[in-house]
Amino acid sequence: MAIISVRDLVVEYDGRRVLDGLDLDIKQGEIMVLLGGSGSGKSTLLRQILGLSQPKSGSISVKGTDIARCSQAALNKTRRSMGVAFQSGALFNSLSVKENVALNLREHTRLAPTIIDLMVWMKLAVVGLAQFGDLHPQELSGGMKKRAAVARALALDPEILVLDEPSAGLDPVVAGELDELILFLKDALQITALVVTHELASAFRIADRIAMLFDGKLLAVGTKEEIKASQDPRVRKFLDRAADNPVHAPAMAAYLEQYVQVKEQSHE
Amino acid sequence: MANILEITGKRTLNYLEYLGSLNIQLWATLRSMGSALPVVGNRHRWRAAVYQMLDIGVNALPMIALLAMCSGFILALQGASELRRFGALRYVIDLVAVGFTRELGPLLTAVAVSGRSGSAFAAEIGTMAVTEEIDALKVMAFEPVEFVLAPKYVAALVAIPCLTIVSNFFGILAGGLFMLFSTHLSLPLYFHYVMTSIALRDVIVGIIKSLAFATIVVQVGCLEGLRVRGGGDAVGRSTTTAVVRSTFLVIVADAVFTAIFYFIGKV
Repeated sequence: MAIISVRDLVVEYDGRRVLDGLDLDIKQGEIMVLLGGSGSGKSTLLRQILGLSQPKSGSISVKGTDIARCSQAALNKTRRSMGVAFQSGALFNSLSVKENVALNLREHTRLAPTIIDLMVWMKLAVVGLAQFGDLHPQELSGGMKKRAAVARALALDPEILVLDEPSAGLDPVVAGELDELILFLKDALQITALVVTHELASAFRIADRIAMLFDGKLLAVGTKEEIKASQDPRVRKFLDRAADNPVHAPAMAAYLEQYVQVKEQSHE
Repeated sequence: MANILEITGKRTLNYLEYLGSLNIQLWATLRSMGSALPVVGNRHRWRAAVYQMLDIGVNALPMIALLAMCSGFILALQGASELRRFGALRYVIDLVAVGFTRELGPLLTAVAVSGRSGSAFAAEIGTMAVTEEIDALKVMAFEPVEFVLAPKYVAALVAIPCLTIVSNFFGILAGGLFMLFSTHLSLPLYFHYVMTSIALRDVIVGIIKSLAFATIVVQVGCLEGLRVRGGGDAVGRSTTTAVVRSTFLVIVADAVFTAIFYFIGKV
């Protein structure tokens, strides 16, 4: 059964259509990777699924709640079963890493402080940051911030984990570690994960299914093998990393030569 | 010609839209303010409110005191140079006492707090908007208005009237020092005259004004922060706009209040 289902979603910014009649189902317990280039509408779709902006038309249901039309209370209830790690981490700068992870537990549960401490330590240990809990976000490296954001997203043991560009800007080793972490979480906790990325290696490592987004539409949805075997030219272009406007070397050289000549003449 | 009309219309609509969102935000803050109160509210919000009170109030004390002393001294000097010609130097006391409790105390405090804390609110909330922290709050099922705005508003409603009273005291004290040095009027006697010239009503008027100014400074500062889109330069611009708009609105509100109290007083 689909835990997240998007139906005929249309989103416009200032009259520009960003998502155009999109349908997507994410099943319970799978890792769905949303793949697409810059400007393909990945982040927009993510914001819609999180209920951060309103669609022009269409519906999004998360765990059976239509989040574009439900009350604020119902939206908050749904949000408590989702853990989100933003692209920049979005850790609260005024709080330490520990307090960032503890915030949800402290405010949304009635657990004793000692239990909360223990749970925070466990979440931080899962992402390998157990000894960095007392630092503030600005003292962390880029990779550590992303892992701390994952720990915060896991705080309430969510059914759905949403990760926005988890490996962007990380070195290959750290990015690889994060991929393994996501796979580990899926095996250990059976969570559903929605991962937005444009990194092919990472996508093919972790995905159960991949959805390819292009110009506000879904080009293809399928397993890794199906996507790899796709014959759609736009999918192939993305997978084969073919550039649209390759720099034309001879033309560039001719232009430079001409430029130098003009400069020399003006000197003489 | 049509162009001028078009620009005027657009500007007017923009200002109306701005005032509208300010009121919507104020209403939302008032509704969630209960959570930032002690005992009945959420203790984490109350703790945040106390920290804000320290920042808005206690940390601004030296600055407000000095500002009020200087202004009180200026008012006494300027008043004395005119009143002396009529041999009415004694009325400097009334001028400073009534001028500060009803007018200058609340106004000076509001302008100083708008520069110190209004800009800080815009910068803090603007940065949170740029770094997706506001979005993170929302997806963690927190209301940004309740989480961020309510503690600041509660803190300002406590801190700014207190600062106003401090400012009144130091402004009047400066007037007393002027009288001490120019006419050898002793300070206890000066304060006795001050007490006879101001009524409790004057102090209450000043406090009511300062509550309104606190509302303007907090709501404008936070609204500017929440409206930030884009990057770091937008945060910088929002702090400037916050100070300019809140100072402007504070002075407009002051004019309206003073007019209202003037006509009520006549009746």
